[in-house]
Amino acid sequence: GTFHSQQSLDYGSQLVGGVSPGKGGKSHLGLPVFNSVKEAREGTGAHATVIYVPPPFAAAAIIEAIDAEMPLVVCITEGIPQQDMVRVKHRLMRQGTTRLIGPNCPGVINPGECKIGIMPGHIHKKGRIGIVSRSGTLTYEAVHQTTQVGLGQSLCIGIGGDPFNGTDFIDCLEVFLRDPKTEGIILIGEIGGDAEEKAADYLKQHNSGASAKPVVSFIAGLTAPPGRRMGHAGAIIAGGKGGAMEKIAALQAAGVAVSMSPAQLGSTMFKEFEKRKMLLGSDCEFAHVPKAKQQQQHQHLPQSFCPIVTFWFVRAL
Amino acid sequence: MAASMVSQAALRGLQLSSSKHLFLDKFKGSRLSSRRWLNLQEYQSKRLMEQSGVAVQRFYVADTASEALEAAKRLNAKEIVLKAQILAGGRGKGVFDSGLKGGVHLTKDPTVVGDLAKKMLGFNLSTKQTPKEGVKVKTVMVAEALDISRETYFAILMDRSCNGPVMVGSPQGGMDIEEVAASTPELIFKEVIDIFEGVREDQALRMASNLGFKGPLERQAADQIKKLYDLFLKVDATQVEVNPLGETPEGQVVCFDAKISFDDNAEFRQKAVFAMDDMSESDPTESEAAKWDLKYIGLDGNIACFVNGAGLAMATCDIIDLHGGKPANFLDLGGGVQERQVYEAFKLLTADPKVSSHFLFILLSFIPTEEQLPSPLPFACCSQRR
Repeated sequence: GTFHSQQSLDYGSQLVGGVSPGKGGKSHLGLPVFNSVKEAREGTGAHATVIYVPPPFAAAAIIEAIDAEMPLVVCITEGIPQQDMVRVKHRLMRQGTTRLIGPNCPGVINPGECKIGIMPGHIHKKGRIGIVSRSGTLTYEAVHQTTQVGLGQSLCIGIGGDPFNGTDFIDCLEVFLRDPKTEGIILIGEIGGDAEEKAADYLKQHNSGASAKPVVSFIAGLTAPPGRRMGHAGAIIAGGKGGAMEKIAALQAAGVAVSMSPAQLGSTMFKEFEKRKMLLGSDCEFAHVPKAKQQQQHQHLPQSFCPIVTFWFVRAL
Repeated sequence: MAASMVSQAALRGLQLSSSKHLFLDKFKGSRLSSRRWLNLQEYQSKRLMEQSGVAVQRFYVADTASEALEAAKRLNAKEIVLKAQILAGGRGKGVFDSGLKGGVHLTKDPTVVGDLAKKMLGFNLSTKQTPKEGVKVKTVMVAEALDISRETYFAILMDRSCNGPVMVGSPQGGMDIEEVAASTPELIFKEVIDIFEGVREDQALRMASNLGFKGPLERQAADQIKKLYDLFLKVDATQVEVNPLGETPEGQVVCFDAKISFDDNAEFRQKAVFAMDDMSESDPTESEAAKWDLKYIGLDGNIACFVNGAGLAMATCDIIDLHGGKPANFLDLGGGVQERQVYEAFKLLTADPKVSSHFLFILLSFIPTEEQLPSPLPFACCSQRR
């Protein structure tokens, strides 16, 4: 928790305090420590909290943040029991104030402005591509590649590898489609569940026709043996469902350019931009971007994603 | 960046040995001879069920033939079923290297139980799901044989689309549920369970009725359903599948077999269950890896993978395959990996006789030196300091 919080501060995120029960009143990394999320929110006006609490206590930490009506909760923790997350999800779905991202995710970053999580800030570049992913380190590939081809990222959201989580692909696609700064989308999925199929359906309905934003995808696990948990709790092909082929097919049917290699995400997006004459410096720079898109309503989150953040850590006893 | 290095390494691996492009068959999910992916023996699952008040056949376990004989006598049952305890399925049609055919036997005579057990215990049982040489049988289950007049299917699982627990049942039990779902979907019944409410009385009764239990049996089945749900929560299961949930001619509702899948994330609070984990039939490398908390799965190929991150680890296997190579393993070191674990992981991969080249694809807070990770084999490495 401490290491990543220092990294976030160095990146320029507005970290304003920490929470560690029993250590209220102390200070850490030059910031005040509070006994509870509620106190931290009252003391700092924070809009977001990031959770590094170990698995046995992480679900309770998320619930505490929901109780404190924290608008954004990012949970990095990997290994939370599924039953605990089912209870958290039950709570989340019956309220409208808090959005949870994760658990088991690297976090969320608005390049150049705000970093909440463990991703390496220096590979990011402020730009035009929204990235949503179930995998942490695989996301960094997409980030590095889009940085290399000059497109950069508008917002990167890691939704995490657990079967029960707070934010899914559709939630992020909704934000990306409405955000004028996000001109292309990379979606990184993996085996297990049907989130990618549902995302494909969503894209069919909301991202088609002339004003459709280019979407590039990679699905990990094409060579995974069935019935085995491939690292992530959610990455398992069971009962014939959740395989990579079906996900790839569904996404392709929705007009998504699916890359069979994780090494070609950047180049595939570049080609999509080229096809649509969206590359900057080209003659038809904005002529092909319909006026309607430029005037679209956008959600508050991606436009000024620079919330004031609290960080939460548990000190070793 | 690193991903392009993967393709280079894959090509290098390919040059060292010829390999065919590998496509895995789509998993059909057949229940008739399904493999138990959990590492609990049948008797251990049944013991857990018994402890939760779920109705199972009365049984004892035995490690010697004389124990088996004693158990058979103690049971005092009309008919006895003797079952070799191995994790693989297909026991009924298996063969022992003692010459005995069949890993499951019915008899009315306890002496026969003793004789049969002598030909089972300490011998290898080969079935369609075991390796060629079979698996050594160390334990047998001696159970009261009950007639089944009707078989139903019942399962409880954590379902993503329902955001929580779901009960699934069908009056068509004892067969492949995927087939039932495909041919007669109207015979599949679902009830979504509220995690805070639990199984409501009306839900349990409705499911029991849908499963075809009538009269007093409906009440009995509803009760069993609730107890199975209690078990499901108690052991942090991701799935409890009972096939068949049967009806006996004497009017009993009994769980004749069950497969329980456990949530690995709950190991820290399920120490008793995970202590029962039987690794003896597992791949020895996977067992060793589990000791060091390494997420390792053995595959068929010759290119070892050493990766930080599950998605990236899967993608590494995918990209090797895409370029015509074959990964030797899946390995996710995880974000909090310690130096000792990295060393042990490397030792494991180097010891794998299939491996003819290494691929290192890693994002670490430290980069191991060649002294720390000596390897006679070529390896490509891509790393980035945190």
